[in-house]
Amino acid sequence: MKVEEKEHIMTEPKTIPEINKKALIEARNVNVFYGHFQALKDINISMNKNSVTAFIGPSGCGKSTFLRCFNRMNDYIDGYSIKGEIVIDQKKINWKNVVIEELRKEVGMVFQKPNPFPKTIFENVAYGLKIQGIKDKSFIEERVIKSIKDVALWDEVKDDLKKSALALSGGQQQRLCIARTLAVEPKIVLMDEPTSALDPISTASIEELMFELKQKYTIVIVTHNMQQAARISDKTAFFYMGEIIEYDDTKIIFTNPKQEKTQNYITGRFG
Amino acid sequence: MRTRTQEKIIETLLKLAASITILTTIGIIGVLLYETIAFFKEVSIVDFLTDTEWTPLFAQKHFGILPLVSGTVLTTLIAIAVALPIGLTIAVYLNMYAPKAFRKTFKPMLEVLAAVPTVVYGFFALTVVTPFLQSIYPDLSGFNSLSAGIVMGIMIIPFVSSLSEDALYAIPKTLKEASFGMGATRFQTSFKVMVPAASSGIIVSVILAISRAIGETMIVAIAAGQQPRLTFDPTVPIETITAYIVQVSMGDVPHGSLEYRTIFAAGITLFIFTFLLNTVSFWIKKKYQEKYD
Amino acid sequence: MTNSQKNKLIDNAFKIFGVACTLFGLIILAILIYDILKTGLTRIDWDFITNLPSRRAQKAGIYTALMGTVWILFLTAIIAFPIGVGAGIYLEEYGKKSKWANFLEINIANLAGVPSIIYGLLGLEIFVRAFNLGGSLLAGSLTLSLLILPIVIVSTREALKAVPSSIKDASVALGASKWQTIWNQTLPASVGGVLTGVILAISRAIGETAPLIVVGALAYVPFAPSSPMDEFTVMPIQIFNWVSRPQHEFAVNSAAAIIILLLITFMMNGVAVYYRNKWQKKIKW
Ligand SMILES: Nc1ncnc2c1ncn2[C@@H]1O[C@H](COP(=O)(O)OP(=O)(O)OP(=O)(O)O)[C@@H](O)[C@H]1O
Ligand SMILES: [Mg+2]
Repeated sequence: MKVEEKEHIMTEPKTIPEINKKALIEARNVNVFYGHFQALKDINISMNKNSVTAFIGPSGCGKSTFLRCFNRMNDYIDGYSIKGEIVIDQKKINWKNVVIEELRKEVGMVFQKPNPFPKTIFENVAYGLKIQGIKDKSFIEERVIKSIKDVALWDEVKDDLKKSALALSGGQQQRLCIARTLAVEPKIVLMDEPTSALDPISTASIEELMFELKQKYTIVIVTHNMQQAARISDKTAFFYMGEIIEYDDTKIIFTNPKQEKTQNYITGRFG
Repeated sequence: MRTRTQEKIIETLLKLAASITILTTIGIIGVLLYETIAFFKEVSIVDFLTDTEWTPLFAQKHFGILPLVSGTVLTTLIAIAVALPIGLTIAVYLNMYAPKAFRKTFKPMLEVLAAVPTVVYGFFALTVVTPFLQSIYPDLSGFNSLSAGIVMGIMIIPFVSSLSEDALYAIPKTLKEASFGMGATRFQTSFKVMVPAASSGIIVSVILAISRAIGETMIVAIAAGQQPRLTFDPTVPIETITAYIVQVSMGDVPHGSLEYRTIFAAGITLFIFTFLLNTVSFWIKKKYQEKYD
Repeated sequence: MTNSQKNKLIDNAFKIFGVACTLFGLIILAILIYDILKTGLTRIDWDFITNLPSRRAQKAGIYTALMGTVWILFLTAIIAFPIGVGAGIYLEEYGKKSKWANFLEINIANLAGVPSIIYGLLGLEIFVRAFNLGGSLLAGSLTLSLLILPIVIVSTREALKAVPSSIKDASVALGASKWQTIWNQTLPASVGGVLTGVILAISRAIGETAPLIVVGALAYVPFAPSSPMDEFTVMPIQIFNWVSRPQHEFAVNSAAAIIILLLITFMMNGVAVYYRNKWQKKIKW
């Protein structure tokens, strides 16, 4: 792929100095540019294993951009460049020799709008496994069923696994997309406003799901819904104009933020 | 890594497939130039461009391309005279007047006209249109550019109508509404606002149609005759560049002979015409895209 | 008459003129088809389809021409499909921003405007002579393949473009490589559009006469071809041959052959439209 040859990705791994041993994801001095426009400025953050971290902040502040750095989905964007280091599971992921396909097996992503493949429900969930070259039918089937059960969709679709995924409701589709992500057993699940296109009931069921998922996965979620961030996350980062203004326990961010900007944002005084 | 090499191989194969189009262009230009240069070693380029007779197959040989060019231009002019007013009227009508359902059914139906093999049109021109025209104008010769040109014009109507309609369709609705708001009729809005606004798209469609008519072969080979002559009289037999190439190809001209090379000299003339037209339309299209992007 | 009355009159007059122009083309098409049916329909029988060519109009059949057309159809499809679709994939999915791809794109737009007879001259020098294939089916189909390549490429790109990027994102986010994504997601989702384009292009190839005449397809071939290296004729050339003769019986023959040629052409167009509709219905994003 061309992407790996871009200059912005460092050519050799430097020794990693102080690794926060507990952190699964770490960003150090990350600066991101779209052409001349700087979308992220000096981002430093670390996220622990089996935690839920929420990114909040006004539109255009760089939440999605940052999230997409973790699975390198930004690589496809013209003019994109990144400086600094992103370390996942002790490995720098933004240097040349990283195999993107391997990285993405570890770091799954759920998108804002449900985007099931125009295939059957079963094939949707099995896709990630088949891509890895797994041929064992019973293994695939087991994993598919387990993943669908994990997202609490099983009762609704167990008789329709051969039906097109496009026939599901929006909420069901989004849960299917989560199941599809879980089926390859990533360590990290990135979610970019996963409930913004859904009705309140579907949203509630996905939030509930996230509590369960925390046991096994590390979750990073972008949301515009303050209540949602407060309900589901352990830690919250408040982004503003490409910078992290404040990053702390969710409880503190929502009850006693240290920064005035954070205070203003969560109380809805600007947005 | 295995998959990475695999990916690379696939990309290379796809790139090769795409590059065949470059080879095609190089091939076309190379072949035409190669044979034409050999041709001009025996025939003076001045004669080729100025002689008013084209008789390479006769004992008394003349190699003036003008009669073939005039035949091509004449049939093309007739075709455009038919296709432009009709095609443009259809485009305006479909865009500004016709109910949605009418537009949806008739636009694709008209496009069937372009899907009919041209040899069929040739048959139609020779056996239906020419006799019909002769019933009006008895002096009309059995082979003539009028009939061939008219039928060719009918064939290229959809090029003008569909592409012009697309161009009209792309005009922002607000423009139309602004004109209606000032009390203009649909006719006034069409020709004072819409057509000028869509002019570059319409011009591109007409150029495409012209280029199509210049390169059209079977209709003229069947219905316009095989007599190269420098004339703009639409009632007499003529010969176009394309028809000449077909005429020679049907016969037994030995490879490498001067007669054989004439079809390449004729071909390069045709190629230059269409290439210029394509380039102009490409250029207009690009300018026009910039304007609306 | 006031000004506004005059304007209204013009408006209505143009409306009528517009309907007339739209119908004009279709009426001509109807006359054409009617005339051909009237002249040729009674001539069509089983013998006409299975008979070899003959100097006597009544005995002559289209068998060799029909077989030639069928051969050309398959060979052209086999050659143009992988190359055209592959090139379309390259331009749409791989080389999008590169200078080379941009150059290829301009080149393809230009090729689409080159008259078909010029492709005949190319085929004559390269395939017939340089490759020494003679006036064979293979030389003919290679020539036609180059001719329809731009159409196949452009329609493939259109079809690929219609696949929403969210699907591709989902696939790569699961760890699929670029080609895995194209093969498993993009192509299956666009297959209807791709096939439509290919079928339309091939139906165009079947109607082509001039380039095949130039590469040396013969007007008279005594036997149906049995291998890609055989000499051949095709339906349009057979029609051209018959049209060129003065006797009325041959005009009847050509009308009858035209009916069959049109049937094949319209059928392929019908199949293409059917595929497109089915594909559009199946995949609603
Ligand atoms: N592909 C791109 N090319 C250029 N600029 C971009 C691109 N994507 C995003 N940006 C810019 O980068 C900044 C951050 O965008 P990003 O999508 O990360 O914001 P966000 O915080 O996710 O906003 P939202 O809440 O609306 O989703 C914005 O100013 C945006 O305009
Ligand atoms: Mg966002």
